[in-house]
Amino acid sequence: MGEPSRKTRTQVFTKQLDSFFMDIYAIGQFTGRFFREAFRPPIEWKEIIRQFYMVGYKSLALVSVTSFVTGIVFTKQSRPSLAEFGATSWLPSLVAIAIIRALAPLVTALIAAGKVGSNIGAELGSMRVTEQIDAMEVSAVNPFRYLVVTRVLATTCMLPLLMLYMSLIALLGAYLNVHQNEQTSLNAFFQNAFEQISFLDLFASTFKSLVFGFTIGIVSSYKGYYTTQGTQGVGKAANSAVVISMFLIFIEEIIIVQAVNSIRP
Amino acid sequence: MKKPNQHIEHNNAVIRIRDLYKSFGDNHVLRGINLDIRQGENLVVLGKSGTGKSVLIKIMAGLLKPDSGTVEVLGEHVDKLSAKELDALRLKIGFSFQHSALYDSMTVGENLAFPLQRHQRHLSADDVRKEVMRVLEAVGLAQTLKQLPSELSGGQRKRIGIARTLIMQPAIMLYDEPTAGLDPITSMEINNLINEVQESYHTTAVIITHDLTCAKSTGDRIAILLDGHFNHTGTFEEVVEKSTDPQVKSFYDYNFID
Ligand SMILES: Nc1ncnc2c1ncn2[C@@H]1O[C@H](COP(=O)(O)OP(=O)(O)OP(=O)(O)O)[C@@H](O)[C@H]1O
Ligand SMILES: [Mg+2]
Repeated sequence: MGEPSRKTRTQVFTKQLDSFFMDIYAIGQFTGRFFREAFRPPIEWKEIIRQFYMVGYKSLALVSVTSFVTGIVFTKQSRPSLAEFGATSWLPSLVAIAIIRALAPLVTALIAAGKVGSNIGAELGSMRVTEQIDAMEVSAVNPFRYLVVTRVLATTCMLPLLMLYMSLIALLGAYLNVHQNEQTSLNAFFQNAFEQISFLDLFASTFKSLVFGFTIGIVSSYKGYYTTQGTQGVGKAANSAVVISMFLIFIEEIIIVQAVNSIRP
Repeated sequence: MKKPNQHIEHNNAVIRIRDLYKSFGDNHVLRGINLDIRQGENLVVLGKSGTGKSVLIKIMAGLLKPDSGTVEVLGEHVDKLSAKELDALRLKIGFSFQHSALYDSMTVGENLAFPLQRHQRHLSADDVRKEVMRVLEAVGLAQTLKQLPSELSGGQRKRIGIARTLIMQPAIMLYDEPTAGLDPITSMEINNLINEVQESYHTTAVIITHDLTCAKSTGDRIAILLDGHFNHTGTFEEVVEKSTDPQVKSFYDYNFID
């Protein structure tokens, strides 16, 4: 039994791997098309604003809850280890480093990939299978510019804002915990927190968020825009929009962290 | 039966198709299509499901590329145009989709205004609104202005789809299955609408259908798509009612009770 089934499983795996790399290649081409079309007039301002709103609206609730809880829990869990060295006064700066350098960009990106990426994949996918994209094309309106460019711009610009918002809420959560235990004032907490945060940290995190947002927008739009196989394909598009976005986000995270650390003084 | 139409210019072909082939892998869909569509006529393409009718008009509108052969629309080779030239040609073509393809995130009014706002930027918001109301009234659905496509019936959606193309005042209308899935009365309304469009805008139209009532009441000429090409073209009487071809006859007997 084992031999033939193992063979087919390898075949299935190579086929999946193959289609994954095909996807990555096609996403590269899609990115090229984005830069060729994005800044040519007419610019669809109204649709861009609507997409900004959609990205913010879709992720705001989840980002708020997640960041607040993360702030509290992270502080609470770190306290005992620091207390051992009598270093609980370092808590605010430790938490701030963790949140601003690492957690906020990654967690907002993962939340947005889940909420916004799947939404874009499904929306463009259903527009493709119900021929709405073809309808736009035959009415001589460029669907790429109207649908894809607007969404990619929205995710790219909104993610840094969401990341800053998340940092702030998470720090407030952390403050709540610190205040409860050490009666630190809000002012003192934030002064302490930002002591260890450099301009490079803020810049790196903003840059990361831009890259992550761009990735989510491009990958999800690509998956939706080229949906095939009818309604079933729409579900697949939404799903693989999330999976591929997250995968690329992790890779980009590793690369950017390495790069930033190599220039950190 | 449709009355003969005086506006047809028999020597002036608006769409000219020569030796057109199109396959998807091993599926050889179109195999040597030759067809002239004359200025001002309603040409009906009749054929069974899956014979490539939709593929044919998608090629006419430049949505699909032919494997070989030529498609001339208003004197231009559709598959040889640059993106810009193709867009200019598409402004003269109205495409009514098989499943309407209305933008479901927009209201009916926004659907209709969409092409207008992007191609006639000099129009004021007020002009756009007037134009939208004009075509909505032409298709008899003025009350749906603020509704979403999901709130419309299938027949209403078809008519809005037609209205959305009429707003650009196209020279050529391409209807993909305008009556599919509709009850006989609604179908008849759509057929009448198609004829009204022909009369009031002097459009040339290609009407794709497998509904013989639609073919009979809208078509000045019928072309039957069988085995990837057109064997029979002529009036409804010539190619359908008096046909001796067994495939056409069985299609007729099954489909039509007159
Ligand atoms: N984009 C495509 N990719 C692959 N195959 C396709 C594509 N479009 C159409 N086909 C195939 O071409 C054939 C003809 O399809 P088409 O949609 O033109 O049929 P039709 O005559 O319009 O049928 P219906 O009356 O059901 O609408 C079908 O076998 C279909 O599977
Ligand atoms: Mg069809």
